[in-house]
Order: sequence, then C-alpha cells, then structure tokens
Amino acid sequence: MLGLNKRDFTLLLIVVALAMLAPFLLNPFPEGSAMAQFNAGYPDLMQKFVIYGIFAIGFNILFGLTGYLSFGHAAFLGVGSYSCVWMFKLLGYNVMPGILLSILTSGIFAYLIGVVSLRRSGIYFSILTLAFAQMSFALAYSVLSNPKFNLTNGETGLQVYSNDPQWLHSADKPDLPHLFGLSMRATHEMQLGAWQFQFNVGYYLCAIIMVLAFYLSIRIFRSPFGMMLRAVKSNNTRMYYTGLNARPYTLAAFVISGMYAGLAGGLLSAVDPLAGAERMQWTASGEVVLMTILGGTGTLIGPVLGSGLIKYFENIFSKINDSVLHSWFSFLPDGMEDFMVTIVHPFVGKGWHLTLGVLFMLIVIFLPGGLVQGGQKIRGLFTGRTEAEQAQADANQSTPAE
Amino acid sequence: MDAIILQILNGLDKGSAYALIALGLTLIFGTLGVVNFAHGAIFMLGAFCAVTLSKIFSISYQTIDETQTDFLGNPLKIETPYVEHWFGPEMGSALIDWSVPLAILFSIPIMISIGVIMERGLIKHFYKRPHADQILVTFGLAIVLQEVIKYYFGANPIPTPAPDVFRGSFDFSPMLGFEANSVIYPIWRLIYFAFSALIIGAVFAFLQFTTFGMVVRAGMADRETVGLLGINIDRKFTIMFGIAAAVAGLAGVMYAPINAPNYHMGMDFLVLSFVVVVVGGMGSLPGAVAAGFLLGILESFASTTWATTTIPGINQIIIYLVAIIILLTRPRGLMGKKGVMED
Amino acid sequence: MSKSNFTRRGLLKTSAAAGAGLALPTYLSAASHSGYTNAPSGSTVTLGFNVPQTGPYAEEGLDELRAQELAVQHLNGEGDGGMLNTFSSKALKGNGILGKKVTFVSGDTQTKSDAARASAKSMIEKDGAIMINGGSSSGVAVAVQGLCQDAGVIFMAGLTHSNDTTGKDKKANGFRHFFNGYMSAAALAPVLKNAYGSDRRAYHLTADYTWGWTQQESIAAATEAIGWETVNNVLTPLASTDFSSYIAPVLNSGADVLVLNHYGGNMVNSLSNAIEFDLLSKQVNGKNFEIVVPLYSELMAAGAGDNVKGVIGSMNWNWQLQDEGSKAFTKSFGEKYGRPPSNSAHTCYVQTLLYADACERAGTFNPCGVVEALEDFDFDGLGNGPTTYRGADHQCFKDVLVMKGKENPTNQYDTLEIVEVTPRAQVEYAPDHPMFAGGELGKCNPGA
Repeated sequence: MLGLNKRDFTLLLIVVALAMLAPFLLNPFPEGSAMAQFNAGYPDLMQKFVIYGIFAIGFNILFGLTGYLSFGHAAFLGVGSYSCVWMFKLLGYNVMPGILLSILTSGIFAYLIGVVSLRRSGIYFSILTLAFAQMSFALAYSVLSNPKFNLTNGETGLQVYSNDPQWLHSADKPDLPHLFGLSMRATHEMQLGAWQFQFNVGYYLCAIIMVLAFYLSIRIFRSPFGMMLRAVKSNNTRMYYTGLNARPYTLAAFVISGMYAGLAGGLLSAVDPLAGAERMQWTASGEVVLMTILGGTGTLIGPVLGSGLIKYFENIFSKINDSVLHSWFSFLPDGMEDFMVTIVHPFVGKGWHLTLGVLFMLIVIFLPGGLVQGGQKIRGLFTGRTEAEQAQADANQSTPAE
Repeated sequence: MDAIILQILNGLDKGSAYALIALGLTLIFGTLGVVNFAHGAIFMLGAFCAVTLSKIFSISYQTIDETQTDFLGNPLKIETPYVEHWFGPEMGSALIDWSVPLAILFSIPIMISIGVIMERGLIKHFYKRPHADQILVTFGLAIVLQEVIKYYFGANPIPTPAPDVFRGSFDFSPMLGFEANSVIYPIWRLIYFAFSALIIGAVFAFLQFTTFGMVVRAGMADRETVGLLGINIDRKFTIMFGIAAAVAGLAGVMYAPINAPNYHMGMDFLVLSFVVVVVGGMGSLPGAVAAGFLLGILESFASTTWATTTIPGINQIIIYLVAIIILLTRPRGLMGKKGVMED
Repeated sequence: MSKSNFTRRGLLKTSAAAGAGLALPTYLSAASHSGYTNAPSGSTVTLGFNVPQTGPYAEEGLDELRAQELAVQHLNGEGDGGMLNTFSSKALKGNGILGKKVTFVSGDTQTKSDAARASAKSMIEKDGAIMINGGSSSGVAVAVQGLCQDAGVIFMAGLTHSNDTTGKDKKANGFRHFFNGYMSAAALAPVLKNAYGSDRRAYHLTADYTWGWTQQESIAAATEAIGWETVNNVLTPLASTDFSSYIAPVLNSGADVLVLNHYGGNMVNSLSNAIEFDLLSKQVNGKNFEIVVPLYSELMAAGAGDNVKGVIGSMNWNWQLQDEGSKAFTKSFGEKYGRPPSNSAHTCYVQTLLYADACERAGTFNPCGVVEALEDFDFDGLGNGPTTYRGADHQCFKDVLVMKGKENPTNQYDTLEIVEVTPRAQVEYAPDHPMFAGGELGKCNPGA
C-alpha cells in the first residue's frame, strides 16, 4: 500500500498512530499526581519530539545509508530557522512560505558544502563538515549580526520586530505564526477526569509533516537509490572499480538530509518565531549524531526514538528539583526521605546531564543496535524468537532485493 | 617587529597546548582507531589533579578568632592548613604555593591508571565496534566524568596559580635590542612551552628508540602480523592508552595556572583537538604536533588588530578555514597515512 | 487566540476574533473564564524559576535558585521573613500571594536561547506557571522576555546587563531589576576619573556579541566624556578561553588602561591573562597601568582569585551594603546556605518579592494588573536605597555600586570591597536615549 510492503506499511501506521495520539500517550499520569512530573504531553515538548525526529530521520538518510558521518548538520538546521524567520519578517506570519524557503535555502547550502566536503571520505569528511558548521556558527553569532548588515541578530536570536515590513500581513491574521489564519499556538484542552490533554495546532502541523517525512524516508530506503547508497557504505572502492561514480548519489543523499534538517529548522521557527545561533553549534550537530546512534543507526524508526529520548531527558529531568524529590518521598520516614533525596539528587535537576551520560553508556554497552534492538529484545520475549533470528527476519523483510 | 615576535611567542604557546592534547589524542584515535570523545575530559581531569592537590594541601583546621567577625556577625573561624601546622608556616605555605608543579608528579600515576582502567574496562570492548558506537560511549563517559567533577568542585572556575617565582612576565626586549617592555611574555607560559617540547620529545624518543616503541609502531602498521609473531599487542596498546592519558593529563596540569580549571574546559578543547589531529593527518604523530603549532601560530596572527580589520571575524573562523584549505589540498592532512579512518 | 487583541500594530481590534474563528475552538488553560494565562484556580499559585543549571553559568544559576527558594519561604511566612520586614510596601502578609500558597517549578536555561525558551514554555504550558523569573545572560533574557510577552505571563529578568533588554528589545510583560551597561558606565566614569585621572588612553577588549557591544559603547562614551581617549577596541570571540594573543599587543599600543568588556568565564580568563602579562606592574606614559572590569560578580571574582586585587568594576548590589534590607537578606540567606548571597541572587530574590507585592496591590494575578502595579512603582528597603521601576521602559533605577578587588581578603567571600555607592540620579537616562532607542514596549498581554 502506498508503494510500501506490508511490514513497512504497518510501521508507517504505527508511526501515524503514535504521532496522532501523542497528546494521550505522553500524558499517562493524572494532573496533580506525583508522577505528573513525568508527563510530556504539553505542546512545546511534543513539537520538539517530532521536529527533532524529522532532523534525525534526515540525518539517518545520510549516515545510516551511506555511512558518511556529518558533524555539521546543525548548520542546515540553523539556516532553515533563519530563513523561516526572515520570511516572517518580510512577508508575514504565515508559516508556509517560511517552511518552503527553509527547505530551499538549506538545500542550496547543503549542496555547496556537500560538493566540497564529499571530496573526502571518512574522518576527513566529518571534520570538513564540522569546520563549515563551526564557521557558520561563529559568523552568525558575531560578524553577521553587526548593525550594518544584521542577518542573524547574533546572541539575541533573529526575531520579528514591529518595524519589519511584513508585506503580506493583514489585520485579520493572528500576530503570531499561523497557517492561513490558524494560529500555531492555538491549543484545545480536554479534561477527562483527572487527566488533562492538550491538542495543539503547531504540534499537529509538525506531526503531519513528520509522518510525510518518515514516509519519504521509507521510500528512499527501499528505492534503488537507497540500495545504491548502501552499496557506498559497504564498499566504496568496489563500486568505483565497477565503473560507478558514487559521488552524485552521496551528494544527493547529503542534500536530501540537509533539506530535512532545514525543514526541521523551519518548523522550529514556525512554532516559536525566534532563531538563535546556537542551533548551528557543534553541540547541536553532535546531538543529532547521538540521537541517531542511540535510536539505532540505519533503522527507520530508531532516530525518532533516539531524539525523543534525549529531548525527554533534557526537558523533564532538568525540572526535577529537591522540593519535587521531597514531595515524592514524603511518604517515607524522615531519615529515609532525606536519604532517598540524597541518592537521587545528583541525577536530576542540575544533574540531568549525568543521567543522560550514564544512559548513553548503558545503551551502547548493552544494546549495540540502539533502542531499536531493545525493542527487538522485548518483542523476542513475546514471540520466543531469539534476537538474532529476529534481526534476521527483519533483514529479510526489509531488504528483499538483496 | 615586536608585534610579530609577540604573536610568534603566543602561537608557540597556544600551539604547544594544542600539540600536547593532539599528541595524546592521536595515539588513541590516529593509531588505535578509537574515536575518543572523552579525551577532552581526560585533559580536564589532569587540570583537576592540580586543583585536588592544592585542595589537599589546604585542608585546614579551624580556630575561632573572637576579635573578628564573619559576614553574619558570628566570630570568625580562621582556617589554618594542616601542612602549615605540621611543617611550620614557611614550609607549609611553600608546599601550597608549589602545588601545581608537585601535581605533575602526583598526576602521572593517576592519569596512567585512569587511562588503563578506561581501556581495560570500556574501550577494549569497542575496538571492533563501529565508530558511531565509540562516539556514543566515549561521549557518555565524558559527560559522566564532567558531571562528577561538577558535583564535587562546582561549576565555577577554581583559581590555581603557579608558584610565586613563576608569576609575572619575562622581558625579552633588552636581548633583542628593543625598548623595555615591548616584548614581554609570562614566565609560566614559557615554562609551558618548554615542558611541552620536553614531553613531545620524550614520547617520540620512547616510540623511536625503545623495543616497546618499535613493537607499538609495528602494531600500528600491521596489527595482525605482529599478533601472529606471538607478541601480545593488546597489552602494549593498553599501555599506549595509559601514556596518552598521561600526556593529556600533564597538558591539563600545566594549563591550570593559565586558565582557572572548570568542569567543562575539556569540551572547549575537544572539537579543536580533533581538528588538529585530522589536519595533521590520521596516524601521524609528527603530523599532529606540526598541525598543533601551525594552527596555534595562525590563530595568534589572525587575532591581531591588523588581521581583524582586514577581514572582520577572521579570528573566529581561522582554524576551521585553515582546516578546510589543508584538507582540500592535501587529502590526508599534513602527514596522514593511507587507509586510516578513510571509510 | 484573543492574544491577537494586543498586537504591536494596534491595528487589530476585537474583530480579530473573526480571524480566530478560523481556528479550532481554543480554550487556553483556565483562562477562558478568568481572562489571563494560567490563572491559579486552586489554593496554590505556581512561579517558574528559569536559571542556568548546566553550562558555564551553572553556579550563578544555583545561587539564583537558592535565593528564589528563600523568597518563596518568606512569602509563605516561613523563616525569618528576610526583606519582607524592611520592604516599604506592607501589602505582603506572609500568607502567600493573595491568600494562595506559593509553590515553584524550576528549569534549566543552559544559557541557550532555545533551551531557555523550551524550559519556560514547559513551565507555562505544563506546570501552569504564572510568571518566569531568573536567568543569567542577556541573550536568554531577551529570548524569554519575548516568549512571555506572547504567552501572556510576567517575566522578571534575572542577571542581564545589556542595554537592549530594556532598550530595543523591551517588552511590556518584562521587568528588569538588574542595572545595565549604560548605568555601569555612568557610575564608573567619575570614580575612574578620581582614581586614574582624566588623561588616560584606554584599550578595550570586547566579547564579540550584543552584550559586549552595548557595554563597550556605553563605557567608551562615558570615559570619553571625562577626557579619556579610546585607543583601540578589539572584539574577541565568545568561545575564546585564552586571551594571550589579545593581551600581548596592549602594552605596545600606547594605552595605559585596559578595559575588559567580558563576563563570566571570558572575564575570569582575560583578567587572569592580563595579570600573567604583569600589566598592573608596568608604567606607560609615565602612569601606572590599570585594568577596569565594568561588570563584576562575586562568582567571577572568586574564579579569578588573587587577580582581581585592585581592579575596579561595577555591581548591582553587594552583601556588604549596610542598609537594613541588605543586612536582613544577607542574614537569612547566610543562615540558610552558609554563604553570602551574590548580586544575581539578590536580584532574583527581590524580583520574586516585588512580583508578589504587585499582585497583592493589584488584587489580581492578571499580568496587566501586575504591570500596572509595577510601573512607576517607588519603594525602599530592598537594598540600594529608594528604587523606581520606570513605566516607560520597565527598567529599575537605583544606586549603583562601584567595586574594587580587595587587597587583603580576610575570607573566601571577602573578595571585593565597595568603593562608592553612586547615587541613582547620576545613572539615570531618558527612555529615548540613543543607546536604548528602537524598540517598542507594546501593551501588556494577559494571554488567552
């Protein structure tokens, strides 16, 4: 269906269901309960989940298929964000032109960087992309925000000011990013008993785009083009000797993944109209690498899971402070309560990085295939098949042409 | 002219820091083929060896001085370090004063054991895993190390000065026939440079002139054959890892008086040290050192007023710009070996 | 959706609701019946404390968080009441705000605009926070201020020193208790003139981003007004950790004063590097070479250690101030945490009290009521003497401290000493001053 085999179609359906029902799924705990701290079903975080999901899906098209490890993908995220805000400044708050332009500019940017960087492979390629991204970051942070030629607004971040032209803006449109009048911030709240669910326009726009992006990535993975990219990964030299020039294919993959990153950047601006330079910093590039590896490199769903996990920790664990801890353990006797708080304290709040670091290590040590392998293990428990058989079955299913 | 000499000194000084970190990294990354994102964290641990030693020396007992009050109006607690109590005030304060140089001795065994433990406990299992997994696990490790340091020492930089005799700066001007004070350079930075040269020389001599070094070099070139000859190359590599950690650690110890150590200083150097290693060429120790000095000197010259007014922002991007130019003109960096991490 | 009633264009009348008709039916929180975002419905009210907990400013953030927790205790009538006892407004009774117990949520800004906004949004969207307080950089302050304006909650800015926060980026829902680059410069100039004379040549090193630029502009203007000459201004990359190549040429430039427009780690390193080069012991143009650090903080001074000795800078507040308010705050903070509060801690503490007090006086949590209560509000007893929150740009005006690194510190917190308390009149400026021009305050936005 839709040009997909049964297995992939099921996966797509699962992703659609997850994306559409996220406001329910991410809010499993009733309001006001101690566990409500772990709810993630509020608009901002849900938007971040799907947007970084798109970023990671795109990154995986390059890294998962060709094995080329770009350490500068954040540059495209940043370019996309800036493009989208510039559209807000020039045309008005409708998100469509912004999103389209962000895909376009990041595509061009990716082409220029790709042409140069892909002349090298392996670590040399990684460092070239890193160098380009770091240069973009440094320039965006300072030189490109000087008063004479203010392209990025530097440290503060590019934002819409009241004296911007906004040529297409009309009085009947919301004064915040909107899709043909439908504000990105509009949120419908549903109260079901003790539970509260939020349905946000911005989220659903991003989620629909994420599903489309995911569908496109399945098609790319299964296409002859995707096959060619895998061939690049398995043996570049052999391909070269058979008379095939791999460069155009890898370049295409690089540009496509750059456009995914630009789209993600555009959406970040669309749901929150401010673009900061730190989106281009190497830490942001590193984050998407980590997301992809964490989820499972080269798998379809892995990068989305990886990005979800990192964003979840960043946003949920960083907010657990000592008074929250005390309220959790308040049922314990006094001494025990303090003891538990002391034990947990280094891992939450300001220590959320520590939890993330430990998690990275545990996952890569015990689940070499990332979160996806974890899923397979769990599935194996139910079906009674071993992990290896499972992977074998997956491989057979997913790459029928081999 | 004096400006040029100053910037060359600066470049050599910056370059020696880069070269030292890159040297350690290239032993692990360029030769063992492990993408070690924890290398910056090891550098940071080195700096905190110096901090720890000076804290140990400053462990104090409190006496209450009723004549003075603290900020809350309570009687002031006067802290006297135990070392001053034990060895007399003079010897004690000299010990505290000299804690950074002393930390060099203290840090070598510590850093070697950290390196060996890291290799045996973690990295060993990742030699055959994809580079992506190595990145994830070493990055995770780097975060954990950082956070542990942050937990104990806080996020604020901790001033760790050099001994009094090495403070201040040295005036080269009379030697060069310039006006006084036109070419001055901090003494500690000159020591840093000399120290780096010494360490770099020692590592090279070790690899060049000892049997151990010969075996390791053979192992870098062809690990399998050396293994077939019945040499336990794994063990040698573990020791290499220990040496690499010690080199990075020493770079950190010596750096502590230059910039007060804080828990994320490793991350600031991480990206840069990868750039240096790759520009130098994968698998080449001389390459890493040469690239370190080259980038250090170019960076210094790019930060002169002349350079920044000619090309605004050049000081922000020079390192990356040079990296791009070198990698495009020389496919394997300055002195890279064929086939190391090229796919 | 009726957010769009309060547009910066002022073009939109209530007819905007027609535009909103296109949207899904929208009910923002409990707002539909009370008319503003996150109106507290139960017996508690939630404040959001957004401070850096990771990254280079983590220590600063930690201190802010400590102060905010203390403020919450005092508001709820726990502890010794701190500055509530010295505050000139007596609206607060120690029974929470408007009878509701105060609770708080905290988040991590990471000193990045994106992360700070994400964290603030999660407090607003998930935890129902009614105001956001804290932060320790101007980029973050401006970013979060814009967000709070759009979302319809009050923002109190924490440590932000750029002129832009209440200049071209000012917003009606945002207030700043902290001083700014202009005020630093205005306070420092006379002291510098007294200490170092009016015939000086200054060399500026400036962090290459917005805060650095506005600070440098302010200092250069103020020192030129007392007769100093600005020899050079060199921009240094934010990511620099080693400033030796910027310091090295200073002595040969003919300058006899070095101005370090740096903050945080940048300042600790650039000052240490300058001391390494022995600049303070040199003589240029027959005068002793001097270093000026326009913006000081206790944590930076601690990080720079002995290097701050004799170096002049400015500060918003210091625990050594001897007025009743400062003494009360230092006492309750010191007794709880065993250390004196930093000036950013003070800012966050008093902002929490001032917000609560404004709610009490307005009789509502509605941001528009709070804004009205805070605008042109005069008070005393919170340190720095008589203080005003100016309505025109939401900048706070109060005395500014000029500090100097202490030569013989008696303990680890005793790093700086107060040289002069510059009276408020001397640092005031018109709201349309060129360094602050360009922005529009807009109208208060209650959200929903």
